Amino acid sequence: MTLLKRGLSRRRVLQTGLAGIIGTGVAPMIFTKGAWAQEFCNNPTGDTVTFGLNLPLTGAYAEEGADEQKAYELAIKHLNGEGDGGLLNVLQPSALKGNGILGKKVAFVSSDSQTKSDVARAGATRMIERDGAIMITGGSSSGEAIAVQGLCQEMGVIFMAGLTHSNDTTGKDKKRYGFRHFFNAYQSGIGLAPVLGQEYGMDRRAYHLTADYTWGWTQEESIKNATEAMGWNTVAAVRTPLGSTDYSQYLTPILNSGADVLILNHYGLDMVNSLTQAVQFGMRDRQANGKDFQIVTPLISELMAKGAGESVKGIFGTSNWHWNLQDAGTIAFTKSFGAAYGSPPSQAAHTAYVQALLYADAVERAGTFYPPEVIKALEGHEFDGMGNGATLYRAEDHQCIKNVLVVRGNESPTSEFDVLNVVQEVPRETVAYDPAIFGGELGPSEPVPMC
Amino acid sequence: MLTMPRNDLLLFLGFAIAVLTMPIWMAPFGAAYPDLLQRFMIYGLFALGFNILFGLTGYLSFGHAAFFGVGSYAAVWSMKLLTIDALPAMIFALIISGIFALAIGYVSLRRSGIYFSILTLAFAQMSYNLAYSVLTPITNGETGLQLNINDPRYLDRMFSAATPSVPSPTMLGLPLTGFTGFYFCAGFLIIAFFIAQRITGSPFGMMLKGIKSNQTRMNYTGFNTRPYTLAAFVISGMYAGLAGSLLAITDPLAGAERMQWTASGEVVLMTILGGAGTLVGPVIGAWLIKYFENIFSAINENMLARFWDFLPDGLDHAAVVVSAKFVGEGWFLTLGLVFVLIVVFLPGGIMEGVRRIASWIDRNRKSTPKSASPKTQPAE
Repeated sequence: MTLLKRGLSRRRVLQTGLAGIIGTGVAPMIFTKGAWAQEFCNNPTGDTVTFGLNLPLTGAYAEEGADEQKAYELAIKHLNGEGDGGLLNVLQPSALKGNGILGKKVAFVSSDSQTKSDVARAGATRMIERDGAIMITGGSSSGEAIAVQGLCQEMGVIFMAGLTHSNDTTGKDKKRYGFRHFFNAYQSGIGLAPVLGQEYGMDRRAYHLTADYTWGWTQEESIKNATEAMGWNTVAAVRTPLGSTDYSQYLTPILNSGADVLILNHYGLDMVNSLTQAVQFGMRDRQANGKDFQIVTPLISELMAKGAGESVKGIFGTSNWHWNLQDAGTIAFTKSFGAAYGSPPSQAAHTAYVQALLYADAVERAGTFYPPEVIKALEGHEFDGMGNGATLYRAEDHQCIKNVLVVRGNESPTSEFDVLNVVQEVPRETVAYDPAIFGGELGPSEPVPMC
Repeated sequence: MLTMPRNDLLLFLGFAIAVLTMPIWMAPFGAAYPDLLQRFMIYGLFALGFNILFGLTGYLSFGHAAFFGVGSYAAVWSMKLLTIDALPAMIFALIISGIFALAIGYVSLRRSGIYFSILTLAFAQMSYNLAYSVLTPITNGETGLQLNINDPRYLDRMFSAATPSVPSPTMLGLPLTGFTGFYFCAGFLIIAFFIAQRITGSPFGMMLKGIKSNQTRMNYTGFNTRPYTLAAFVISGMYAGLAGSLLAITDPLAGAERMQWTASGEVVLMTILGGAGTLVGPVIGAWLIKYFENIFSAINENMLARFWDFLPDGLDHAAVVVSAKFVGEGWFLTLGLVFVLIVVFLPGGIMEGVRRIASWIDRNRKSTPKSASPKTQPAE
């Protein structure tokens, strides 16, 4: 009552009260009433369908993100029937017609994830809530992928992961709405260990430097297990923060640790920095335990090899894909990417492109954008012609099972892009594993959550 | 309690209405989607709390993001261990961030000025590094702490069986997604605004302002200022913790990045941009920065090409190339320019601009007779 005495008339109280009621009661209805018309999140009703590209354009993995963006733009062109069609012509089996998806033109929105999980989630939410993205794709860090995948599960939007190599993405943190084409750290371990044993012998002592997040942890674990199984010892495993630029404090202790192999579980700019600095430390000219000191980079891409320059020569690693493979899919993709951007695509670009096409193909085969049907179309799907040989989208964990490449830094590159040689193509039977070993649960696909 | 001066009451009601109708008046700016609106509320709350310390006592803390992050982690752990309900998570976050602020404040407030800023920055950076790499079992490092299907959630388990999917946060059974989540956060922002307003007008607030204008004089008049500054520090730390818990509730993930020094710097920018020491200013500053971060950073060259379409050929291309530097990844550049302009021309932030415009209108009105200025009228 004191309120009224302080100069507020009853009329004013009523007016403001009414405004409050209108503000709180009516406003939400205006903005949610449209939601009831569609039976799932962002059901495309017009003549376009929107992809949400969540890309790290700044931060440690920015270069990969920029390459992914090029690939997505190319994939969308090809899906819409522009350009030379790229991999649309070689995908087997294919339901793609080159007239968009289910007759709807493909458009896209993008967001800079800054190589940060928080920002990636905010960007994905914006693209889903505001821009009406039917599918979220991209990302170049497993931390991002896991964070966005969880979000997409809550929102009922399919997430086609870009470059993510952590075992957790399709292991402990796998989700029904998340799919990964890229290989994982466990497969790197199986593929790489025999080659390392052959080259460097069975009695090596390894020292790990590991990027301190989900991908680094699982890669360290996988490589450790695979190398220890053939007789190597692990001297120490040291974690380094993601995005470090100076590795000297981590490199000095290695010299007196009794190790004779340095394993760098780094990626992107981190790897370029750590590898270059390790080589500048003279690590590769050293002798330890009567053997030549060696450096191994379990996951490496052309972009990083290019960044590291001289340092990468002769160094072993694994890749998901390489532009110099000689199958029809790789040739077609390298040709159309090169024609559009003047450089061969990286493995990040390749996986991004393939994921966009696979999603479109699954929608065509399902005949609807309704996510549970699209998920069914992707699960257990066997396809070929995308540059990795015959590939299976495994239903149990949404991991693609395909060949893994063991690569080595080219000793005598003929061009600035010719920096890695494929040493061995490990067949997919060898790198397949029991999906149960990592635990995790996919969760349900229905009822579809409403965003 | 209700004996508020009339101007304060009007400000409060105006603020509440502006906040609650945000989904309507933000629509033309392309920002009326729940996630961004929630962020507006949350960071507004964060800046509001920061202003209680910086705006009133003048102590510039460069480590407020630590409390924000601690609040987030506390809330997520409460949702993992106890219950998915939001209220216990918020209470838990308030308590933990309060204790944390008490500890850091007790040490940092032994110094003032630049030393205080550096101390808080050091503590925040320590917390960030702890969260990022040392305490990974608690914080899950760079990956961020998330909810899982097989989290224990002991309180929930006592009443109901586990759900087959990861539950999303609720308040007493009401799911806090989309616009419900926005109104939930908006409610807390309005309550927090009311409390901040009461603090500013109270004798305690006067004391804080006294500390800001001359702490030595306050000491000579016989006041022990430290309990006052510590109280202000803890209150603003709890505001930050509450904001952090709200962010974790609307989006159940706690990452170490939100404790980084850039996040601490951001809240300082928000406050200065809006106008330190004013009530509404910091909130507006927070909205502006979040708007830039989310909307400007998402503009790409295709959108620019459409925007500049009306220009003749060649010229439109040049316009796209030039303006592309200021959007997308370049949004920091735009924000920086805006910040420089405001600090140079409006040292008191946006609120000073508002005041100048108001007094200008006032002057113009006065020159025409008959229309009396409402401001000069006494309250009774």
